Amino acid sequence: MSNFMFLFRGGETPTSPERMQAQMQKWMNWIQKLRNDGKYIAGDPLQGTGKVLRSPNKVITDGPFAEGKEIVGGYFLVRAETIDEAADMAKDCPIFEGGGSVEVRPVQVINP
Amino acid sequence: MSDAASIHNLVDHFFRHQSGKLVAVMTRVFGLHNLELVEDVVQAALVQALEAWKIHGVPEDPAAWMYRVARNKALDVIRHRDVADRLNPEWTRSIGRDEGSDPLSRLFLSHEIADSQLRMIFTCCHPELPEESQIALTLKTLCGFSTPEIARALLTTEANVKKRIARAKRKFLDEEIKFEVPSGEALKARLGSVHTVLYLLFNEGYSSSQPHELIRRDLCEEAVRLCLLLFDHPASTNPETAALLALMLLHASRFDARLDESGNILLLEEQDRGRWNQKLIERGIYYLNESASGDHISRYHLEAAIAAHHSIAAGFGETNWTAILLLYDDLTQLHPSPIHELNRAIAVAQVSGPDAGIAAVQRIKGLESLDDYHLLHATLGEFHRRAGRAAEARRSFRRAMECTVSVSEQRLLERKLHDCAALEDLT
Repeated sequence: MSNFMFLFRGGETPTSPERMQAQMQKWMNWIQKLRNDGKYIAGDPLQGTGKVLRSPNKVITDGPFAEGKEIVGGYFLVRAETIDEAADMAKDCPIFEGGGSVEVRPVQVINP
Repeated sequence: MSDAASIHNLVDHFFRHQSGKLVAVMTRVFGLHNLELVEDVVQAALVQALEAWKIHGVPEDPAAWMYRVARNKALDVIRHRDVADRLNPEWTRSIGRDEGSDPLSRLFLSHEIADSQLRMIFTCCHPELPEESQIALTLKTLCGFSTPEIARALLTTEANVKKRIARAKRKFLDEEIKFEVPSGEALKARLGSVHTVLYLLFNEGYSSSQPHELIRRDLCEEAVRLCLLLFDHPASTNPETAALLALMLLHASRFDARLDESGNILLLEEQDRGRWNQKLIERGIYYLNESASGDHISRYHLEAAIAAHHSIAAGFGETNWTAILLLYDDLTQLHPSPIHELNRAIAVAQVSGPDAGIAAVQRIKGLESLDDYHLLHATLGEFHRRAGRAAEARRSFRRAMECTVSVSEQRLLERKLHDCAALEDLT
Protein backbone atom coordinates (compact mmCIF):
# COMPACT_ATOMS: atom_id res chain seq x y z
CA MET A 1 0.00 0.00 0.00
CA SER A 2 1.23 3.51 -0.86
CA ASN A 3 -0.09 6.92 -0.09
CA PHE A 4 -1.39 9.27 -2.73
CA MET A 5 -2.52 12.84 -2.72
CA PHE A 6 -5.58 14.13 -4.55
CA LEU A 7 -5.39 17.83 -5.37
CA PHE A 8 -8.76 19.36 -6.25
CA ARG A 9 -8.78 22.22 -8.72
CA GLY A 10 -11.64 24.38 -9.93
CA GLY A 11 -15.14 23.06 -10.20
CA GLU A 12 -18.39 24.91 -9.94
CA THR A 13 -19.90 26.55 -6.88
CA PRO A 14 -23.68 26.63 -7.23
CA THR A 15 -25.52 29.80 -6.22
CA SER A 16 -28.72 28.04 -5.21
CA PRO A 17 -28.72 26.78 -1.60
CA GLU A 18 -30.59 23.66 -2.66
CA ARG A 19 -27.98 22.84 -5.29
CA MET A 20 -25.19 23.57 -2.82
CA GLN A 21 -26.62 20.93 -0.55
CA ALA A 22 -27.00 18.48 -3.42
CA GLN A 23 -23.35 19.00 -4.40
CA MET A 24 -22.19 18.53 -0.83
CA GLN A 25 -24.21 15.35 -0.49
CA LYS A 26 -22.42 13.92 -3.54
CA TRP A 27 -19.02 14.64 -2.00
CA MET A 28 -20.10 13.12 1.29
CA ASN A 29 -21.25 9.98 -0.49
CA TRP A 30 -17.97 9.71 -2.37
CA ILE A 31 -15.85 10.23 0.76
CA GLN A 32 -17.98 7.76 2.66
CA LYS A 33 -17.28 5.13 0.02
CA LEU A 34 -13.51 5.75 0.26
CA ARG A 35 -13.72 5.51 4.04
CA ASN A 36 -15.72 2.31 3.93
CA ASP A 37 -13.05 0.80 1.67
CA GLY A 38 -10.35 1.91 4.13
CA LYS A 39 -8.75 4.18 1.50
CA TYR A 40 -9.28 7.58 3.06
CA ILE A 41 -6.58 8.97 5.37
CA ALA A 42 -7.13 12.73 5.69
CA GLY A 43 -8.26 15.83 3.85
CA ASP A 44 -8.55 19.58 4.19
CA PRO A 45 -10.17 22.40 2.28
CA LEU A 46 -8.00 25.40 1.40
CA GLN A 47 -9.18 28.99 1.47
CA GLY A 48 -9.41 30.85 -1.81
CA THR A 49 -6.92 33.52 -0.77
CA GLY A 50 -3.19 33.44 -0.02
CA LYS A 51 0.16 34.89 -0.98
CA VAL A 52 2.70 33.90 -3.60
CA LEU A 53 6.38 34.61 -3.13
CA ARG A 54 8.52 34.59 -6.27
CA SER A 55 11.62 35.42 -4.21
CA PRO A 56 12.23 36.60 -0.63
CA ASN A 57 12.00 40.28 -1.48
CA LYS A 58 9.97 40.26 -4.65
CA VAL A 59 6.27 40.72 -5.27
CA ILE A 60 3.93 39.13 -2.80
CA THR A 61 0.53 38.92 -4.39
CA ASP A 62 -2.71 38.67 -2.54
CA GLY A 63 -4.75 35.83 -3.90
CA PRO A 64 -6.55 34.72 -5.91
CA PHE A 65 -3.22 34.24 -7.63
CA ALA A 66 -4.25 32.02 -10.49
CA GLU A 67 -7.11 31.46 -12.85
CA GLY A 68 -10.17 30.17 -10.97
CA LYS A 69 -9.78 26.74 -12.47
CA GLU A 70 -6.12 26.57 -11.42
CA ILE A 71 -6.72 27.23 -7.73
CA VAL A 72 -6.28 24.23 -5.48
CA GLY A 73 -9.43 24.13 -3.38
CA GLY A 74 -8.43 21.24 -1.15
CA TYR A 75 -6.61 17.94 -0.88
CA PHE A 76 -7.09 14.36 0.24
CA LEU A 77 -4.53 11.86 1.40
CA VAL A 78 -5.57 8.36 0.34
CA ARG A 79 -4.24 4.81 0.36
CA ALA A 80 -3.95 2.64 -2.78
CA GLU A 81 -1.91 -0.24 -4.21
CA THR A 82 -0.90 1.53 -7.42
CA ILE A 83 -1.22 4.92 -9.09
CA ASP A 84 -3.75 3.34 -11.44
CA GLU A 85 -5.92 2.25 -8.55
CA ALA A 86 -5.66 5.72 -7.03
CA ALA A 87 -6.64 7.34 -10.33
CA ASP A 88 -9.53 4.92 -10.56
CA MET A 89 -10.74 5.99 -7.11
CA ALA A 90 -10.67 9.62 -8.21
CA LYS A 91 -12.95 8.91 -11.16
CA ASP A 92 -16.07 9.16 -8.98
CA CYS A 93 -15.16 12.59 -7.65
CA PRO A 94 -18.13 14.97 -8.03
CA ILE A 95 -15.78 17.81 -9.02
CA PHE A 96 -15.91 16.72 -12.68
CA GLU A 97 -19.60 17.66 -12.95
CA GLY A 98 -18.58 21.28 -12.54
CA GLY A 99 -15.62 21.08 -14.92
CA GLY A 100 -12.99 20.78 -12.18
CA SER A 101 -10.01 18.40 -12.08
CA VAL A 102 -8.23 16.06 -9.70
CA GLU A 103 -4.46 15.74 -9.74
CA VAL A 104 -3.31 12.37 -8.40
CA ARG A 105 0.27 12.33 -7.04
CA PRO A 106 2.13 9.48 -5.34
CA VAL A 107 3.57 10.55 -1.99
CA GLN A 108 7.33 9.98 -2.01
CA VAL A 109 8.54 7.53 0.58
CA ILE A 110 11.53 9.03 2.40
CA ASN A 111 13.12 5.75 3.44
CA PRO A 112 12.63 3.41 0.53
CA MET B 1 -12.87 14.32 10.02
CA SER B 2 -14.34 12.42 12.93
CA ASP B 3 -16.49 9.36 12.42
CA ALA B 4 -19.51 11.18 13.73
CA ALA B 5 -19.00 13.97 11.25
CA SER B 6 -18.49 11.67 8.31
CA ILE B 7 -21.81 9.90 8.70
CA HIS B 8 -23.69 13.05 9.55
CA ASN B 9 -26.22 13.80 6.85
CA LEU B 10 -27.97 17.13 6.75
CA VAL B 11 -31.72 17.38 7.02
CA ASP B 12 -33.52 18.07 3.76
CA HIS B 13 -33.35 21.66 2.58
CA PHE B 14 -30.85 22.56 5.33
CA PHE B 15 -29.00 25.09 3.16
CA ARG B 16 -32.24 26.59 1.93
CA HIS B 17 -33.64 27.09 5.39
CA GLN B 18 -30.38 28.35 6.82
CA SER B 19 -30.29 30.83 3.98
CA GLY B 20 -33.77 32.04 5.00
CA LYS B 21 -32.76 32.38 8.64
CA LEU B 22 -29.49 34.14 7.87
CA VAL B 23 -31.10 36.62 5.46
CA ALA B 24 -33.63 37.54 8.15
CA VAL B 25 -30.94 37.91 10.82
CA MET B 26 -28.60 39.89 8.58
CA THR B 27 -31.44 42.22 7.58
CA ARG B 28 -31.81 43.04 11.28
CA VAL B 29 -28.15 44.08 11.19
CA PHE B 30 -27.86 45.85 7.85
CA GLY B 31 -31.41 47.04 7.23
CA LEU B 32 -33.86 46.54 4.38
CA HIS B 33 -32.11 49.18 2.29
CA ASN B 34 -29.06 46.87 2.19
CA LEU B 35 -30.86 43.74 1.12
CA GLU B 36 -28.38 43.04 -1.67
CA LEU B 37 -25.44 43.31 0.71
CA VAL B 38 -27.32 40.97 3.04
CA GLU B 39 -27.72 38.42 0.25
CA ASP B 40 -24.00 38.65 -0.55
CA VAL B 41 -23.00 38.06 3.07
CA VAL B 42 -25.32 35.08 3.38
CA GLN B 43 -24.15 33.64 0.07
CA ALA B 44 -20.53 33.92 1.22
CA ALA B 45 -21.35 32.08 4.45
CA LEU B 46 -23.14 29.29 2.59
CA VAL B 47 -20.27 28.90 0.11
CA GLN B 48 -17.75 28.69 2.93
CA ALA B 49 -19.78 25.95 4.57
CA LEU B 50 -20.07 24.06 1.30
CA GLU B 51 -16.37 24.25 0.47
CA ALA B 52 -15.29 23.21 3.95
CA TRP B 53 -17.85 20.50 4.60
CA LYS B 54 -17.60 18.75 1.28
CA ILE B 55 -13.97 17.93 2.00
CA HIS B 56 -13.97 17.84 5.78
CA GLY B 57 -17.40 16.46 6.55
CA VAL B 58 -20.35 18.11 8.26
CA PRO B 59 -19.54 19.38 11.77
CA GLU B 60 -21.42 18.17 14.85
CA ASP B 61 -23.61 21.26 14.97
CA PRO B 62 -23.81 22.54 11.40
CA ALA B 63 -26.21 25.39 12.21
CA ALA B 64 -23.95 26.80 14.93
CA TRP B 65 -20.98 26.49 12.58
CA MET B 66 -22.80 28.45 9.91
CA TYR B 67 -23.93 31.14 12.37
CA ARG B 68 -20.33 31.61 13.50
CA VAL B 69 -19.20 32.07 9.90
CA ALA B 70 -22.07 34.46 9.18
CA ARG B 71 -21.26 36.51 12.29
CA ASN B 72 -17.63 36.82 11.23
CA LYS B 73 -18.58 37.80 7.69
CA ALA B 74 -20.95 40.42 9.06
CA LEU B 75 -18.20 41.78 11.30
CA ASP B 76 -15.87 42.00 8.28
CA VAL B 77 -18.44 44.10 6.48
CA ILE B 78 -19.11 46.31 9.51
CA ARG B 79 -15.36 46.89 9.85
CA HIS B 80 -14.57 47.57 6.22
CA ARG B 81 -17.51 49.09 4.47
CA ASP B 82 -18.84 52.61 4.61
CA VAL B 83 -22.15 50.94 5.27
CA ALA B 84 -21.18 51.20 8.92
CA ASP B 85 -22.27 54.79 9.37
CA ARG B 86 -25.88 53.91 8.60
CA LEU B 87 -25.89 51.01 11.00
CA ASN B 88 -27.28 50.75 14.47
CA PRO B 89 -24.21 51.57 16.64
CA GLU B 90 -25.02 48.48 18.68
CA TRP B 91 -23.54 46.28 15.96
CA THR B 92 -20.24 48.15 15.65
CA ARG B 93 -19.80 47.52 19.36
CA SER B 94 -19.56 43.83 18.50
CA ILE B 95 -16.18 44.42 16.86
CA GLY B 96 -13.36 42.93 18.88
CA ARG B 97 -15.72 41.36 21.39
CA ASP B 98 -15.69 37.64 22.05
CA GLU B 99 -18.36 35.61 20.38
CA GLY B 100 -21.27 35.06 22.71
CA SER B 101 -20.86 38.23 24.74
CA ASP B 102 -21.53 40.70 21.92
CA PRO B 103 -24.84 42.11 20.65
CA LEU B 104 -24.41 40.42 17.27
CA SER B 105 -24.21 36.92 18.74
CA ARG B 106 -27.48 37.48 20.56
CA LEU B 107 -29.25 37.65 17.18
CA PHE B 108 -28.42 33.98 16.64
CA LEU B 109 -30.34 32.77 19.68
CA SER B 110 -33.24 30.69 18.45
CA HIS B 111 -36.01 33.03 19.65
CA GLU B 112 -34.21 35.98 18.06
CA ILE B 113 -33.93 34.08 14.78
CA ALA B 114 -37.65 33.34 14.91
CA ASP B 115 -38.29 37.01 15.63
CA SER B 116 -36.19 38.09 12.64
CA GLN B 117 -37.98 35.62 10.40
CA LEU B 118 -41.35 36.92 11.59
CA ARG B 119 -40.25 40.46 10.73
CA MET B 120 -39.27 39.18 7.30
CA ILE B 121 -42.64 37.49 6.76
CA PHE B 122 -44.46 40.70 7.66
CA THR B 123 -42.14 42.69 5.41
CA CYS B 124 -42.47 40.40 2.40
CA CYS B 125 -46.25 40.49 2.79
CA HIS B 126 -46.40 44.26 3.14
CA PRO B 127 -49.61 45.50 1.48
CA GLU B 128 -47.63 48.17 -0.40
CA LEU B 129 -46.00 45.40 -2.46
CA PRO B 130 -47.79 43.93 -5.47
CA GLU B 131 -49.03 40.39 -4.85
CA GLU B 132 -46.63 38.84 -7.37
CA SER B 133 -43.70 40.54 -5.69
CA GLN B 134 -44.83 39.35 -2.27
CA ILE B 135 -44.71 35.68 -3.29
CA ALA B 136 -41.44 35.92 -5.24
CA LEU B 137 -39.75 37.81 -2.43
CA THR B 138 -40.98 35.38 0.20
CA LEU B 139 -39.51 32.49 -1.77
CA LYS B 140 -36.24 34.33 -2.25
CA THR B 141 -35.61 35.72 1.22
CA LEU B 142 -37.44 33.38 3.58
CA CYS B 143 -37.27 30.10 1.70
CA GLY B 144 -33.81 30.40 0.12
CA PHE B 145 -35.03 29.72 -3.44
CA SER B 146 -32.77 30.84 -6.29
CA THR B 147 -34.19 32.93 -9.12
CA PRO B 148 -34.36 29.96 -11.55
CA GLU B 149 -36.10 27.87 -8.87
CA ILE B 150 -38.67 30.60 -8.24
CA ALA B 151 -39.29 30.89 -11.98
CA ARG B 152 -39.81 27.13 -12.25
CA ALA B 153 -42.04 27.02 -9.19
CA LEU B 154 -44.23 29.91 -10.32
CA LEU B 155 -44.25 28.86 -13.99
CA THR B 156 -42.74 32.09 -15.19
CA THR B 157 -39.43 33.39 -16.57
CA GLU B 158 -36.32 34.33 -14.63
CA ALA B 159 -36.49 37.85 -16.05
CA ASN B 160 -39.99 38.14 -14.66
CA VAL B 161 -38.92 36.97 -11.21
CA LYS B 162 -36.05 39.46 -11.17
CA LYS B 163 -38.47 42.23 -12.12
CA ARG B 164 -40.87 41.28 -9.32
CA ILE B 165 -38.12 41.25 -6.73
CA ALA B 166 -36.58 44.49 -7.95
CA ARG B 167 -39.99 46.14 -7.72
CA ALA B 168 -40.30 45.03 -4.09
CA LYS B 169 -36.84 46.31 -3.21
CA ARG B 170 -37.65 49.67 -4.76
CA LYS B 171 -40.83 49.85 -2.68
CA PHE B 172 -38.82 49.25 0.49
CA LEU B 173 -36.79 52.37 -0.31
CA ASP B 174 -39.60 54.55 -1.68
CA GLU B 175 -42.05 53.81 1.10
CA GLU B 176 -39.36 53.65 3.77
CA ILE B 177 -40.79 50.35 4.92
CA LYS B 178 -39.51 49.28 8.31
CA PHE B 179 -38.20 45.83 9.16
CA GLU B 180 -40.55 45.14 12.01
CA VAL B 181 -43.64 43.31 13.18
CA PRO B 182 -46.46 45.87 13.41
CA SER B 183 -48.46 46.12 16.63
CA GLY B 184 -52.05 46.76 17.68
CA GLU B 185 -54.63 47.28 14.95
CA ALA B 186 -51.92 47.44 12.27
CA LEU B 187 -50.82 43.94 13.25
CA LYS B 188 -54.33 42.59 12.78
CA ALA B 189 -54.64 44.09 9.32
CA ARG B 190 -51.17 42.98 8.25
CA LEU B 191 -51.68 39.46 9.57
CA GLY B 192 -54.56 39.22 7.11
CA SER B 193 -52.27 39.96 4.20
CA VAL B 194 -49.66 37.50 5.53
CA HIS B 195 -52.36 34.81 5.60
CA THR B 196 -53.35 35.64 2.04
CA VAL B 197 -49.78 35.34 0.75
CA LEU B 198 -49.20 32.00 2.51
CA TYR B 199 -52.54 30.74 1.22
CA LEU B 200 -51.60 31.73 -2.34
CA LEU B 201 -48.16 30.18 -1.93
CA PHE B 202 -49.73 26.91 -0.86
CA ASN B 203 -52.29 26.99 -3.68
CA GLU B 204 -49.58 27.70 -6.19
CA GLY B 205 -47.88 24.48 -5.18
CA TYR B 206 -51.02 22.42 -4.75
CA SER B 207 -52.70 23.25 -8.04
CA SER B 208 -52.33 20.17 -10.16
CA SER B 209 -51.26 21.84 -13.40
CA GLN B 210 -47.66 20.61 -13.00
CA PRO B 211 -47.98 17.73 -10.54
CA HIS B 212 -44.67 16.14 -11.55
CA GLU B 213 -42.56 19.08 -10.55
CA LEU B 214 -41.12 18.33 -7.14
CA ILE B 215 -40.54 22.00 -6.64
CA ARG B 216 -44.30 22.60 -6.61
CA ARG B 217 -44.48 20.36 -3.58
CA ASP B 218 -41.69 22.37 -1.99
CA LEU B 219 -43.95 25.42 -2.24
CA CYS B 220 -46.57 23.67 -0.14
CA GLU B 221 -43.98 22.57 2.42
CA GLU B 222 -42.65 26.10 2.65
CA ALA B 223 -46.14 27.54 3.12
CA VAL B 224 -46.74 25.07 5.96
CA ARG B 225 -43.34 25.83 7.52
CA LEU B 226 -43.92 29.59 7.49
CA CYS B 227 -47.45 29.19 8.80
CA LEU B 228 -46.09 27.10 11.70
CA LEU B 229 -43.62 29.88 12.39
CA LEU B 230 -46.55 32.31 12.58
CA PHE B 231 -48.52 30.00 14.83
CA ASP B 232 -45.60 29.45 17.21
CA HIS B 233 -44.93 33.15 17.69
CA PRO B 234 -46.95 35.02 20.34
CA ALA B 235 -47.42 38.03 18.05
CA SER B 236 -49.06 36.12 15.25
CA THR B 237 -50.69 33.09 16.80
CA ASN B 238 -54.46 33.33 16.55
CA PRO B 239 -57.42 31.12 15.58
CA GLU B 240 -57.20 32.21 11.95
CA THR B 241 -53.53 31.22 11.72
CA ALA B 242 -54.44 27.83 13.21
CA ALA B 243 -57.26 27.40 10.69
CA LEU B 244 -54.97 28.21 7.76
CA LEU B 245 -52.42 25.73 9.06
CA ALA B 246 -55.12 23.07 9.42
CA LEU B 247 -56.31 23.74 5.88
CA MET B 248 -52.82 23.31 4.44
CA LEU B 249 -52.04 20.13 6.38
CA LEU B 250 -55.33 18.48 5.46
CA HIS B 251 -54.83 19.19 1.76
CA ALA B 252 -51.17 18.17 1.91
CA SER B 253 -52.22 14.79 3.34
CA ARG B 254 -53.52 13.82 -0.11
CA PHE B 255 -50.35 14.71 -1.99
CA ASP B 256 -49.11 11.15 -2.59
CA ALA B 257 -52.54 9.84 -3.54
CA ARG B 258 -53.21 12.40 -6.24
CA LEU B 259 -51.24 10.62 -8.96
CA ASP B 260 -51.10 7.01 -10.08
CA GLU B 261 -47.84 5.18 -10.92
CA SER B 262 -47.77 6.61 -14.43
CA GLY B 263 -48.28 10.14 -13.15
CA ASN B 264 -51.94 10.43 -14.10
CA ILE B 265 -54.14 12.66 -11.98
CA LEU B 266 -56.52 10.75 -9.76
CA LEU B 267 -59.74 12.49 -8.76
CA LEU B 268 -60.91 12.50 -5.16
CA GLU B 269 -63.30 9.61 -5.77
CA GLU B 270 -60.57 7.51 -7.44
CA GLN B 271 -57.89 8.02 -4.83
CA ASP B 272 -56.69 5.20 -2.60
CA ARG B 273 -57.50 6.63 0.81
CA GLY B 274 -54.95 4.30 2.33
CA ARG B 275 -52.33 6.52 0.73
CA TRP B 276 -53.58 9.62 2.47
CA ASN B 277 -51.03 10.69 5.05
CA GLN B 278 -52.73 9.98 8.39
CA LYS B 279 -50.11 11.86 10.36
CA LEU B 280 -50.80 15.03 8.41
CA ILE B 281 -54.55 14.50 8.81
CA GLU B 282 -54.12 14.15 12.57
CA ARG B 283 -52.04 17.30 12.72
CA GLY B 284 -54.58 19.09 10.55
CA ILE B 285 -57.43 18.09 12.84
CA TYR B 286 -55.33 19.16 15.84
CA TYR B 287 -54.91 22.68 14.45
CA LEU B 288 -58.55 22.77 13.38
CA ASN B 289 -59.46 22.20 17.04
CA GLU B 290 -56.95 24.88 18.03
CA SER B 291 -58.71 27.26 15.64
CA ALA B 292 -62.07 26.78 17.34
CA SER B 293 -61.89 29.75 19.69
CA GLY B 294 -62.74 33.42 19.54
CA ASP B 295 -65.84 34.88 17.93
CA HIS B 296 -64.66 35.22 14.36
CA ILE B 297 -65.07 32.60 11.65
CA SER B 298 -62.72 33.12 8.73
CA ARG B 299 -62.73 31.63 5.25
CA TYR B 300 -59.85 29.44 6.43
CA HIS B 301 -62.01 27.97 9.19
CA LEU B 302 -64.67 27.02 6.66
CA GLU B 303 -62.25 25.71 4.06
CA ALA B 304 -60.39 23.68 6.69
CA ALA B 305 -63.67 22.23 7.96
CA ILE B 306 -64.59 21.19 4.40
CA ALA B 307 -61.17 19.59 3.94
CA ALA B 308 -61.59 17.81 7.29
CA HIS B 309 -64.90 16.27 6.17
CA HIS B 310 -63.13 14.76 3.18
CA SER B 311 -60.22 13.58 5.31
CA ILE B 312 -62.34 11.70 7.83
CA ALA B 313 -64.79 10.09 5.38
CA ALA B 314 -64.20 6.35 5.13
CA GLY B 315 -64.84 6.49 1.38
CA PHE B 316 -66.06 8.85 -1.28
CA GLY B 317 -69.58 7.41 -0.92
CA GLU B 318 -69.53 8.00 2.83
CA THR B 319 -68.65 11.68 2.54
CA ASN B 320 -70.99 13.96 4.45
CA TRP B 321 -71.95 16.14 1.49
CA THR B 322 -74.85 17.78 3.34
CA ALA B 323 -72.47 19.15 5.96
CA ILE B 324 -70.02 20.18 3.25
CA LEU B 325 -72.77 22.00 1.34
CA LEU B 326 -73.73 23.96 4.47
CA LEU B 327 -70.09 24.97 4.92
CA TYR B 328 -69.94 26.08 1.27
CA ASP B 329 -73.13 28.10 1.81
CA ASP B 330 -71.38 29.95 4.65
CA LEU B 331 -68.19 30.30 2.66
CA THR B 332 -69.88 31.84 -0.38
CA GLN B 333 -71.69 34.25 1.98
CA LEU B 334 -68.55 35.21 3.85
CA HIS B 335 -66.20 35.32 0.91
CA PRO B 336 -68.16 35.50 -2.35
CA SER B 337 -66.04 34.21 -5.21
CA PRO B 338 -66.96 32.39 -8.43
CA ILE B 339 -64.41 29.65 -7.60
CA HIS B 340 -66.01 28.97 -4.22
CA GLU B 341 -69.43 28.90 -5.89
CA LEU B 342 -68.17 26.43 -8.47
CA ASN B 343 -66.96 24.16 -5.65
CA ARG B 344 -70.28 24.64 -3.92
CA ALA B 345 -72.03 23.47 -7.11
CA ILE B 346 -70.08 20.19 -6.89
CA ALA B 347 -71.44 19.68 -3.37
CA VAL B 348 -74.95 20.56 -4.63
CA ALA B 349 -74.66 17.89 -7.33
CA GLN B 350 -73.58 15.31 -4.73
CA VAL B 351 -76.58 16.13 -2.54
CA SER B 352 -79.28 16.77 -5.16
CA GLY B 353 -78.02 15.31 -8.45
CA PRO B 354 -76.16 16.59 -11.52
CA ASP B 355 -78.97 18.80 -12.86
CA ALA B 356 -79.14 20.68 -9.56
CA GLY B 357 -75.36 21.08 -9.91
CA ILE B 358 -75.74 22.59 -13.38
CA ALA B 359 -78.44 24.96 -12.11
CA ALA B 360 -76.09 26.03 -9.28
CA VAL B 361 -73.33 26.70 -11.83
CA GLN B 362 -75.68 28.81 -13.93
CA ARG B 363 -76.53 30.94 -10.90
CA ILE B 364 -72.85 31.79 -10.19
CA LYS B 365 -72.39 35.52 -9.99
CA GLY B 366 -69.59 36.50 -12.34
CA LEU B 367 -69.71 33.18 -14.17
CA GLU B 368 -68.26 34.84 -17.29
CA SER B 369 -65.00 35.41 -15.37
CA LEU B 370 -64.57 31.61 -15.29
CA ASP B 371 -65.09 31.20 -19.03
CA ASP B 372 -61.43 30.30 -19.65
CA TYR B 373 -61.15 28.23 -16.48
CA HIS B 374 -60.75 24.57 -17.44
CA LEU B 375 -62.27 23.32 -14.18
CA LEU B 376 -65.56 25.08 -14.91
CA HIS B 377 -65.94 23.14 -18.15
CA ALA B 378 -64.59 19.92 -16.69
CA THR B 379 -67.15 20.20 -13.88
CA LEU B 380 -70.02 20.88 -16.29
CA GLY B 381 -68.85 17.99 -18.46
CA GLU B 382 -68.91 15.67 -15.46
CA PHE B 383 -72.44 16.81 -14.50
CA HIS B 384 -73.68 16.19 -18.06
CA ARG B 385 -71.98 12.80 -18.17
CA ARG B 386 -73.61 11.75 -14.92
CA ALA B 387 -76.95 12.95 -16.25
CA GLY B 388 -76.41 10.68 -19.27
CA ARG B 389 -75.96 13.46 -21.87
CA ALA B 390 -72.88 12.29 -23.75
CA ALA B 391 -72.86 14.98 -26.45
CA GLU B 392 -73.05 17.90 -24.01
CA ALA B 393 -70.48 16.24 -21.77
CA ARG B 394 -68.10 15.84 -24.69
CA ARG B 395 -68.51 19.47 -25.71
CA SER B 396 -67.66 20.64 -22.18
CA PHE B 397 -64.62 18.36 -21.85
CA ARG B 398 -63.33 19.56 -25.24
CA ARG B 399 -63.75 23.17 -24.12
CA ALA B 400 -61.87 22.31 -20.90
CA MET B 401 -59.00 20.88 -22.97
CA GLU B 402 -58.73 24.16 -24.86
CA CYS B 403 -58.33 25.97 -21.55
CA THR B 404 -55.38 24.05 -20.10
CA VAL B 405 -51.84 23.46 -21.33
CA SER B 406 -51.04 21.01 -18.56
CA VAL B 407 -50.21 17.55 -19.93
CA SER B 408 -51.63 15.84 -16.85
CA GLU B 409 -54.89 17.73 -17.09
CA GLN B 410 -55.08 16.93 -20.80
CA ARG B 411 -54.65 13.23 -20.10
CA LEU B 412 -57.36 13.34 -17.43
CA LEU B 413 -59.76 15.05 -19.83
CA GLU B 414 -58.98 12.51 -22.56
CA ARG B 415 -59.92 9.81 -20.08
CA LYS B 416 -63.20 11.66 -19.44
CA LEU B 417 -63.88 11.88 -23.19
CA HIS B 418 -63.32 8.17 -23.37
CA ASP B 419 -65.93 7.70 -20.64
CA CYS B 420 -68.35 9.70 -22.80
CA ALA B 421 -67.80 7.32 -25.70
CA ALA B 422 -68.55 4.38 -23.41
CA LEU B 423 -71.70 6.15 -22.30
CA GLU B 424 -72.82 6.54 -25.93
CA ASP B 425 -72.25 2.84 -26.59
CA LEU B 426 -74.68 2.10 -23.77
CA THR B 427 -77.43 4.28 -25.13
